[in-house]
Amino acid sequence: MTTVSAVSSTAVAPARVRSASLGTSRKRPDGGPKVKGEFAFSSDLWAEGALWGKVLRSPHPAARITGIDTSRARNLPGVKAVLVADDVPGNPFFGLEMKDQPVFASDVARYMGEAVAAVAADHPEVARKAAELIEVTYEPIDPLVDPERALDPVTPPMHPMGNTVRHISVRHGDAVASGDVVVEGTYEVGMQDQAFMGPESGLAIPDEDGGVDLFISTQWLHVDRDQVADCLALPPDKVRLHLAGVGGAFGAREDVSLQVHICLLALRTGRPVKMVFSREESFLGHVHRHPARMSYRHEADRDGRIVKIEAKILLDGGAYASSSTAVLANAACFAGGPYLVPNAVIDADVVRTNNPPCGAMRGFGAVQVCHAYEAQMDKLAAALGMDPVELRLRNALQPGDELLTGQALTGAAPVAEVIRRCAEAPLPPGGPADEPGSMTLPGGAGRTADPTRVRRGIGFAVGFKNLMYSEGFDDYSTARCRIEHGIVTVFSAAAEVGQGLVTLVEQIAEDVFGTDKIIVAPADTGVGSAGSTSASRQTWMSGGAVDAACRKARDSLLDLAARRHGTVAAVLEVREGRVVSFDGEIDETIEEATGGAAIEETVEFRHAPTFPLDERGQGDAHVSFAFAAHRAVVDVDLDLGLVKVVEVTTAQDVGRVLNPVQVVGQIEGGIAQGVGLAVMEEILVDQGLVRNASFTDYLIPTALDMPLVQIAALVEEPEPGAPFGAKGVGEPPTISSTAAVAAAVRAASGLALTRVPIRPEHIALAAPRQGEAGS
Amino acid sequence: MKVSVAVNGAARTDEVEPRLLLVHYLRDVVGLTGTNIGCDTSSCGACTVHVDGESVKSCTMLAVQADGAEITTIEGLASGGELHPMQEAFRQHHGLQCGYCTPGMVMAATSLLAENPSPTEAEVREGLEGNLCRCTGYHNIVKAVLAAAGAGR
Repeated sequence: MTTVSAVSSTAVAPARVRSASLGTSRKRPDGGPKVKGEFAFSSDLWAEGALWGKVLRSPHPAARITGIDTSRARNLPGVKAVLVADDVPGNPFFGLEMKDQPVFASDVARYMGEAVAAVAADHPEVARKAAELIEVTYEPIDPLVDPERALDPVTPPMHPMGNTVRHISVRHGDAVASGDVVVEGTYEVGMQDQAFMGPESGLAIPDEDGGVDLFISTQWLHVDRDQVADCLALPPDKVRLHLAGVGGAFGAREDVSLQVHICLLALRTGRPVKMVFSREESFLGHVHRHPARMSYRHEADRDGRIVKIEAKILLDGGAYASSSTAVLANAACFAGGPYLVPNAVIDADVVRTNNPPCGAMRGFGAVQVCHAYEAQMDKLAAALGMDPVELRLRNALQPGDELLTGQALTGAAPVAEVIRRCAEAPLPPGGPADEPGSMTLPGGAGRTADPTRVRRGIGFAVGFKNLMYSEGFDDYSTARCRIEHGIVTVFSAAAEVGQGLVTLVEQIAEDVFGTDKIIVAPADTGVGSAGSTSASRQTWMSGGAVDAACRKARDSLLDLAARRHGTVAAVLEVREGRVVSFDGEIDETIEEATGGAAIEETVEFRHAPTFPLDERGQGDAHVSFAFAAHRAVVDVDLDLGLVKVVEVTTAQDVGRVLNPVQVVGQIEGGIAQGVGLAVMEEILVDQGLVRNASFTDYLIPTALDMPLVQIAALVEEPEPGAPFGAKGVGEPPTISSTAAVAAAVRAASGLALTRVPIRPEHIALAAPRQGEAGS
Repeated sequence: MKVSVAVNGAARTDEVEPRLLLVHYLRDVVGLTGTNIGCDTSSCGACTVHVDGESVKSCTMLAVQADGAEITTIEGLASGGELHPMQEAFRQHHGLQCGYCTPGMVMAATSLLAENPSPTEAEVREGLEGNLCRCTGYHNIVKAVLAAAGAGR
């Protein structure tokens, strides 16, 4: 029997008492293959007769294309296809939220790295050489690189859809309310890269039916599939996507990168085509975290209670929209921080420029504003002469409070608790290293100009964001459970990108059937969409879908067994992989219980509905929120401007811990990326040109850069409506860790430091010289 | 040019282009894809293997430079179906998430312990500085290496 049923998370009872599987630190099922080198990443795949694909990219951030001559490339021995815009059979445009990005630039190139042509050849070197032989005639245009200029109505549009991708006005409460104390500031966030370790790669295999099978590392198989099918002019069922091993994602694999190109090449040549990006191409070929400029004005009463926030937020979306509209919604909705803000006037814009396109990265719009509002909270505390933690506690959101979007906070919101638990944790003993040569000195090279000029600083920050998709998006996950020949198989298209959903799926299925003899089928488009592995949503959404599908299949199994035994299902249960009756009369294997029949249940699981923001930025746009607090301890070399992040302490609102070691893994990894944004990581873009597209010039934290992480508390307050009461945990570690580190560097240096990443010159060139006045 | 090597104990000779990198030789000629490529600039260490017992970023070396050498890749670390203690430690301590850095990290860590069987935590961090991981924040990797060191004592 096969049925598809819809399940809404509002119907799920929160926080059941759990079994022996949920809540344990079960080992990842892919851990063995991964430590043995047997796990097949997308870059490891091969098919007999496969060709190698290569994309030619624009070296200009803005240029008219007046001619493309592919003849020399086509004539190179070993070249099997050279494709340009005219070769796209279907929609020439793709995009996550609006189809505004061409598969190949034809008349104009809008960013450095934009695809212009693609080649398939019998050897990767031949493909590379062929791409070089394509003669593109460019007429460079003055690039639009300043987002402020992009916003100016007199600036000519750099894209037919205009420069402004989205504007959001939030008008909440009384716009003319005023407080006793006012602090203002302007803040900036640089362009961060997700910098996953496994560059983009895939293998496309054409099928005799005219369709194509694409083996790909991605975050969302179905949204890739739909975009590829549209560009290929194929029905979606002829484009079959299979998840290949994913070497990290962090948002960068939410957009199409090589998917369309590689399928086009495979269909054109009739041969399998493999493509692997170099690291440089990876930097140029995926979206980044939006750079932000934010100006803030906080007004508070003398007791420190926020009266009003005014903010202007400007995000640089780069050349194409990607997920900019949703990133902007987050920036606007969370602009006030996890505090009660009775009155707010917020104007937020995201614009197109000739800079690299920006889209999803862990924290998704919430990271940028957190840097600003937390710096403002520290300023406010200083202006009031109040302890910064006390100020935050005084304003902390509580259940029932209204967000600045007018939405009532209905779920678990232990904001004060995460603040308190984080602040109460012990500080690391001692001070900055004073032994010359110590690798724990700022800079990690064991050197300092003057050891007495190394200062320790402590910073505190709190952040929050939404879980799952918002603003009325039909957000669902599909899962299927099949019981056949005594074997339970779970199907889900949810992308495992390293976070450990595969472990959780096993834990959930075992919880239902009481056996670990469960097969989790490889993720592909043979089952319905699971939605994206993003927005900290898969534990809730695909965890919920798998749970519901398994329960439904188990109920069908019990019905079947009951009918066979002439009894009712209510007297039966599944225990340790067997069907047993409470009186012990029936005790049989699952295979015996099915009596040779197969059971298959497919469930579409939805969270409670959300609603669009109205023209005043008000509405119940989000379904759930997660909170975290971070405290950073840093040592700063005032002369060299180098920073050592000594420790980051955190307390996080997790709802319910389903796998402790995986939760901690997400927190430590997320903090590493937050530390990176605070003091290391930025894609340097000069007049639209990317200057550091390599790991020699774009630095991410090493084992030596990584601070100690003290997890002061995983606050377990089960979330109503969430399967198992669990909240997603992936993003909160990355939201306020950056702000906490920046605050600590400010505290150590006494400098304003309004921009992240904080670079050595921001400190060394601004701090008072040795012997000068000041601390 | 001819290159004669022993890869994971198996001797072989191949005709290769002089400019072929060792990592491409291992992946594309020998067919051992456990050794990953992460950066092309010798920054990330995903391609770390052992050449005559020393850890080497196999993207920094030409295949022909390995002529006559014994090469061990991640696939050659386990023996007789038993995980190497370092592999087991990474698995036990959740020292991996996406797993892309793992082969290189495990190879660098075993080489580190060969030189310094009882490293301090700081020495482990220094020893693995040339291997990047983007998922874990390194703490579980360091734990795994220290555990493997303890197990080997």
